[in-house]
Amino acid sequence: MPAGLNRALLTVIGAVIAIVLAIAISSVAITAAGASPLAALGAFFDFGSSPRTVANGIATFLNRAVPLFIAGLAVAVGFRMNLFNIGVEGQYRLAAIVAAYVGSTFTAPAPIQIAVIIVVAAAVGGLYALIPAIMKVTRGVNEVIATIMLNYVAINLASYLVRGPFSGQRAEGALNTTTPELPESAMFPNLNFIFDWFGQPEPTRGGGVWGFLIAAVVLGVLVWAVLERTRFGFEIKASGLNGPAAAASGVNPKKMIIAAMVLSGAIAGLISLPELLGDKGAYTSTFTAGLGFLGIAVALLGRNKPVGIAFAALLFAFLDRAQGALQFADVPASVITIIQGMIVLLVVVANEVTNRFALRLEERRAAQQLGRNAPVEVAA
Amino acid sequence: MLGKRFNRMAFGSVVGVMLMAATACGGGGTGGGTTASEAPSAASSEAPKGALKVGLAFDVGGRGDKSFNDAAYAGLEKAHTELGAEIKELSPSSDGSNRGDLLRQLADADYNPIVAVGFAYAEDVKKVAEEYPDLQFAVVDSASNAPNVTGLLFAEEQGSYLAGVAAANKTTANHLGFVGGVESDLIRKFEAGFVAGAKSVKPDIKVDIKYLTPDGDFSGFRAPDKGKVAAEKMFQDGADIVYHAAGDSGLGVFQAAAAAKKKAIGVDSDQRQTIKETDLQPVIMTSMLKRVDVGVFEYIKAFQGGAKGGTDVTYDLKVDGVGLSTTGGEIDDIKDKIDAAKQDIVDGKITVPAKP
Repeated sequence: MPAGLNRALLTVIGAVIAIVLAIAISSVAITAAGASPLAALGAFFDFGSSPRTVANGIATFLNRAVPLFIAGLAVAVGFRMNLFNIGVEGQYRLAAIVAAYVGSTFTAPAPIQIAVIIVVAAAVGGLYALIPAIMKVTRGVNEVIATIMLNYVAINLASYLVRGPFSGQRAEGALNTTTPELPESAMFPNLNFIFDWFGQPEPTRGGGVWGFLIAAVVLGVLVWAVLERTRFGFEIKASGLNGPAAAASGVNPKKMIIAAMVLSGAIAGLISLPELLGDKGAYTSTFTAGLGFLGIAVALLGRNKPVGIAFAALLFAFLDRAQGALQFADVPASVITIIQGMIVLLVVVANEVTNRFALRLEERRAAQQLGRNAPVEVAA
Repeated sequence: MLGKRFNRMAFGSVVGVMLMAATACGGGGTGGGTTASEAPSAASSEAPKGALKVGLAFDVGGRGDKSFNDAAYAGLEKAHTELGAEIKELSPSSDGSNRGDLLRQLADADYNPIVAVGFAYAEDVKKVAEEYPDLQFAVVDSASNAPNVTGLLFAEEQGSYLAGVAAANKTTANHLGFVGGVESDLIRKFEAGFVAGAKSVKPDIKVDIKYLTPDGDFSGFRAPDKGKVAAEKMFQDGADIVYHAAGDSGLGVFQAAAAAKKKAIGVDSDQRQTIKETDLQPVIMTSMLKRVDVGVFEYIKAFQGGAKGGTDVTYDLKVDGVGLSTTGGEIDDIKDKIDAAKQDIVDGKITVPAKP
């Protein structure tokens, strides 16, 4: 369809302009900080000089992208029906510690062990998201406020649990608190063999490339299928686009709110699993925090579509990887955050501009066609 | 509204193309070698053989905290000027997710030894030390956990004991306060020592205890507003000296003390000297010094002398690894009492509890 193609092309151009602008604006900030923008750009592409550092760099990059992708998906499921689940942060932290603890209490063959941990994580995340959903449908409590407040509850609960009931044996002289170590069968196999295919050395970094990458891809396909190819997905989108119209055509809004929130929370519960099952093997007081909030930016950038979110997560991870490289190049690493923020902001703006422009083009084209076929008579 | 507007994914393909170009370039570094990746190796080949290259990874917050991290950097800088070491320091991202990767990057760039600042590094140092068995590592505030890791520990409870003795001697209200940044076992050592020291002088003294955030939530070290509220409450309840072990949040404690015209005790470095706000200097009666700089420097020196890891080094009162600062001269009049307490600890007559 030429009209669709036109529109796609416009969107691409808009996004390219947005990214170029973001880099330009960030360059100003870098210069102001007394560093060279070119050195910064070089650092982003500097994966090191030896095959080992390149392999480790790629592993770091991919390992960062996986949890960001899952976080983006979790947020996007809510966004698709205008539910702002800001509580992804709390949902995944609570799910992480409960899953880590439950997984450490028994030993089973690897597939069962891992499956149980995944189910527990999804269940805890989903149940925790059920609280704001119920508050919304029964009392009309705004889910933004409820989920933000529940984040605090979850974070404090998690840090209580890791010190108290769920605490494990800590290493001699260590101050980090941790849950009991997971059995060997809970560790997800890594993907380091891919490096062998290309004749490259395997990454040596803890856990290598996390095998959960595969699970994340499967999850992405599943979410896409549910949203785009099922009645449930259609009802979610319909409720998001026009709630009253969807309700009038027989969609139960209360049921949809609960279903979407719980699904969002269940996906959020999986965010910590790549790190937990791929590397750490326990929930510790230094577990990566803040992924739930980053997921909001990733979902925005990816336009709430699994494919878009995947690219957004890869872009964020690519920028995050350069943390060390930038500092080696004497560029302040906060540049990363500036570029990320700029890209999200400008892409949203570019999106809006191209949308309006495309709409106008479409109107003009339709008007022309109408004009050719049958002149429209304007009634006085 | 959002759902309606973010419906096109063509944008994603652009990012994709960019990313592919990115990975291709990254991979290219292996074979051809881009100029950016060539630069560091060229620099290192120019350096004389066997030159000391010391890498240091900060904890979240990084340089500029006027306290813990800056003290570590001071030790590193001293190694640069006195031992001629080439130095490089890195800070992790704010979520701390890349602590291990920073250590690996330092190791890959041939830095040896590598110092990790903060107990949060314990797990990562262990893993990286196993991946790079030929290099030497040190971790501040955590015990050695691999044959090539040295634990740099401090007897914070002993220094805090002296702070407690000083505060108990100076208080007129018989009422003190303690503000901890994060309720971790590390900060609880400060509390334990402080309370024990105060009670050794006045057994019936009242000490208010407040932690800003629970264990695992490190924002308590960077929340001056919370520190201020906590200290204000203590001053209103009648305390007249508040001791803080709360990193950046200590600034709030000092502000509250200045507003209430009461006193505060600083931590880690001599805060009466390091604090920028000159109007807050007079409220800092003394500071409990934790000589991270001494620890880092002595470790680098020992490494140069051929020392290997696998053990812990504890910096206590005996080696002046902890102590009290005297800037301002406010505790000069009770110096004999503090010295007596210090001597008792050094002689082993007093064992300071490490847990409240």
